[in-house]
Amino acid sequence: MSSTFETVANIIAETCDIPRDTITQESHAIDDLGIDSLDFLDIAFAIDKAFGIKLPLEQWTQEVNDGKATTEQYFVLKNLCARIDELVAAKTA
Amino acid sequence: MRPEVFKMIDRVVSIDPGLETIHCQGLVPHESSIFDGHFPGHPIMPGVLLIEAMAQTTGWLVLARNRFDKMPFLATVKEAKLRTFVLPGQNLDLYSHIQHEGSGFVVAHTKALLDGKPICNAELVFRVLPWPEGKMKDVVLKVAGHVEFPVADFTDA
Repeated sequence: MSSTFETVANIIAETCDIPRDTITQESHAIDDLGIDSLDFLDIAFAIDKAFGIKLPLEQWTQEVNDGKATTEQYFVLKNLCARIDELVAAKTA
Repeated sequence: MRPEVFKMIDRVVSIDPGLETIHCQGLVPHESSIFDGHFPGHPIMPGVLLIEAMAQTTGWLVLARNRFDKMPFLATVKEAKLRTFVLPGQNLDLYSHIQHEGSGFVVAHTKALLDGKPICNAELVFRVLPWPEGKMKDVVLKVAGHVEFPVADFTDA
């Protein structure tokens, strides 16, 4: 079974036509990979489907806008993958 | 249907109890200023307006699902296929099925049929956002009444 990061990186590569080998755990989806909010909807859709979860994008956006969180907490891929793992764990608990 | 003012839906025919699918209808008018240019002497419904009709169909379903709490805005049109010409006087059956509802977005499969035959289809993505300030929500609710949307069933007021 592939890791969460492998699955997410493959989704990003396919959805946004970004070379897979340029996507790392440290990549920031927005700042480093240049993914805009519209493309991120496609990514979120694919992640939701792949993991059977619902990424709380509205909550994350609100937290960033309110200064309660940074984009790095949600959009650096290793952090995004950690959030996904938490959501999957919560679903199966 | 009054395509010149983007009123693409005449009536909401049905919404399934699970809020997964909607059926709407729209009669392409014999006369519309749209046809002055599209095309002179050869009136055809513009494909972009067929997509708009499918988007509005989906929009009513999203509004039913969220009980008019937020407004869907068309964000992406994927795999749109316009299979045949649509002419004045033809009555379209429009369907939309929710494929996925995420956080702040919805993905839907939509199609239009003419006498049971598919004439166009697309996958549409909507951002679902708080209502803008102003009268937009009131206007949409008013239009809902005009298209026989069952407002009382899907609002809390």
